[in-house]
Amino acid sequence: MRLNADRDRCVGAGACASTVPAVFEQDEEEGLVRLVTDRPESALVGVVRRAVSMCPAQAIRVSSE
Amino acid sequence: MTEMAIQETAAEYPAFPMQRADPLGPPELYAELREREPISRIRMSVTGQEAWLVTRYDHYRELIRDPRVSADMYADNYPRQIPVPLELLRSVPRTIFHLDAPDHTVHRRLLTPEFTYRRIEGMRERTQQIADEYVDRLLEKGGPVDLMAELSLPMPSQAMCELLGIPPADRHIYHEWITLLIGTDTTPEQHAQAEITVVGHLEKLIAQKTEHPEDDLLSRLIARNNEEKLVSDRDVLNLARSLIAGSHETSANMITLSVLALLRNPEQLALLKADPSLDASAADEMLRYFSVSDAGTSRVVLEDIELGDVVLRKGEGVVASILAANHDPEVFTDPGRIDITRSPNNHVAFGTGIHQCIGHLVVKMQLGIVLGTLFRRIPDLRLAIDLDDVKFKNAAIRGVEALPVTW
Ligand code: HEM
Ligand code: SF4
Repeated sequence: MRLNADRDRCVGAGACASTVPAVFEQDEEEGLVRLVTDRPESALVGVVRRAVSMCPAQAIRVSSE
Repeated sequence: MTEMAIQETAAEYPAFPMQRADPLGPPELYAELREREPISRIRMSVTGQEAWLVTRYDHYRELIRDPRVSADMYADNYPRQIPVPLELLRSVPRTIFHLDAPDHTVHRRLLTPEFTYRRIEGMRERTQQIADEYVDRLLEKGGPVDLMAELSLPMPSQAMCELLGIPPADRHIYHEWITLLIGTDTTPEQHAQAEITVVGHLEKLIAQKTEHPEDDLLSRLIARNNEEKLVSDRDVLNLARSLIAGSHETSANMITLSVLALLRNPEQLALLKADPSLDASAADEMLRYFSVSDAGTSRVVLEDIELGDVVLRKGEGVVASILAANHDPEVFTDPGRIDITRSPNNHVAFGTGIHQCIGHLVVKMQLGIVLGTLFRRIPDLRLAIDLDDVKFKNAAIRGVEALPVTW
């Protein structure tokens, strides 16, 4: 799984960072999404998918490579 | 002619908000509509406006994330629940709730650094302290007490005022304002007067904090805006106003309703008392079950949108019901059952899309802490009156007027 986060779309409410802090965080200046890693370990794939689906702004994209 | 004809048809549509047989559960008609006609017509009881009602979870998310809907409350057909004439409403500038992109984005970005996961987690200790102080006071006082007045209203309000930097002596001004703002029997005069008082107070506060910044959200907001001049001073005032307006009744009612629900579900309450690690998921389940801001995601359509089997036409109003979406059995197994261990619990109590509640992490943390603390420190807490005698509030935000409890 490979992740891509679009900070222009992000509305910064932190759903992703609160769900999987090991993968998503928010920077201090703008409060917008940053990836801790763009290749989450396989144990986290399920919960990452849930975070992606719950992102209100559809700011996180998943590709399979 | 048509005006009469239209009014007659509209009169046949179900009135919104709808009746409930069980005051804690959703209106029974939601389930029926979701089955039979998931996107249906309603009439707003306060204003008489016609609108669409969306009752399915998948439709809800699709619609609220669609950039072709607008949150502009001042559009003619935006479904409203306040009895204040549109002209008077329009005299107050739109707050973040009712702006569309790209204006919305500018306002939102001023707030986002204040509500990151890390920042909110940083408030956990202080939140616990505040909760403990309120429970101390309940214990000192002894039952029976009105939980709404002694905990549910003042506690989140104190937390929000501390965050913003509003001095304790002035907090009642905001309380009175919100009560009027969301009441369905507020007169236009009362509404206007309350606005003047709040705006006057915030203007003074902002002037003070511009001169003498302190370590609070409002000071940082002012400083951030003065660096880049993203919005007007009036907009900064409005952002502060939105935070107060968005947080006050919603949080208070969630605390009170959750206490009621837990008392009615002793086996769930026993789970919570025994296991503090359930505080967070209990909060989520209460937020899902009650969805107090049911019509919080009302919209008006900017371009024709196909949704399910219907076409929502440009200019029409829609209530995308949060409560109905959160009780959709396709997504939530046995939705009428309160299960504080429900997982996953992808509810939309805070909406979705660009307006998703900026305070949602604050709420989840605070509600979990308050419920856990209250019931673990006062395990014998119980209602001091019959459930039948609890008076539910006739306002846009679901709640009760008072909740006498004892122990
Ligand atoms: C139980 C508590 C709460 C519930 C159920 C709730 C619910 C909601 C909902 C449904 C929306 C979306 C409105 C829309 O899409 O049009 C929203 C937006 C908002 N909420 Fe909350 N809220 C709660 C508490 C809070 C708190 C504590 C704060 C402040 C920290 C807050 C601040 C806001 C703001 C500023 C918005 C507008 C965001 C925007 O338009 O971008 N809310 N809330
Ligand atoms: S959930 Fe989406 S909108 Fe929210 S912070 Fe993460 S990326 Fe941004």
